[in-house]
Amino acid sequence: MNIDIALLIFTTVAALWSVLARSLLKATMSLAVTSALISVLIFRLSSPLAAVIELSVCAGLITAVFVSAISLSKPLTHKEVLEISKHRHKRYWYLPFILALAAAALMFLKIKKDFIFALPPASQEEVKTVLWNMRQFDMLGQVVVLLAGALGVVILFSGEKRDGR
Amino acid sequence: MADNSWGLFTTFGFFIVMLFICGAYCLIVTRNMMRALIGIELLIKAVTLLIILAGYVTGRTALAQALVITIIVIEVVVAATAASIIVWVFRHTNTLDVKSLRNLKG
Repeated sequence: MNIDIALLIFTTVAALWSVLARSLLKATMSLAVTSALISVLIFRLSSPLAAVIELSVCAGLITAVFVSAISLSKPLTHKEVLEISKHRHKRYWYLPFILALAAAALMFLKIKKDFIFALPPASQEEVKTVLWNMRQFDMLGQVVVLLAGALGVVILFSGEKRDGR
Repeated sequence: MADNSWGLFTTFGFFIVMLFICGAYCLIVTRNMMRALIGIELLIKAVTLLIILAGYVTGRTALAQALVITIIVIEVVVAATAASIIVWVFRHTNTLDVKSLRNLKG
């Protein structure tokens, strides 16, 4: 439990840093660290398959997509960075205070456990049984979404090529 | 729900709310499209962790994992498509500011 709390604190700090970081690359790296820490937490919650997918896809693939998108955009000049960071502080310095306030409110809030309704007894199925036998429609949806996403990316970049000709 | 599970649920739930606030604040305050995408990712991560936690507490880890796999697939597609749209907008407007989208013509 102590390790879990330490991991949760590190995850929150990494998430806070990904919002507050000046550089977009640093924000993306902090997001990857958040993903990696969340995947450890998911593994500790007895869900190894979801943890592996979270680590490989969210901490790996999405970070690569973000870094390539950032590298395709133009970096700001030093003068522009100073100008933007002056205004950024005004907008972002509220976040740690809001987090502290929310934490205090949650600590003083006495949540009763009666509000969770009684669940039927849990069944011990395997992930593959749930995925392929019980949630087949989800799998179909996933395939359609993946195809739509791939088509969307291809169309967006091929449109750019046509413009460049 | 056993007392031990309830303690785990409240501890994790506390930090999940923190994660969600970070993402929502980022999404509300920022004008940079990449940062907005980072905010959306943080929101999705909070929800992912909450679903896994609910599965663990109720003893339905298999169902929770199946749902999370679906969420991650959709997250990847959203991130890839949004990133390509952002690059496309940047090439046309030369900025990542969402205010530049006001100039879109039909």
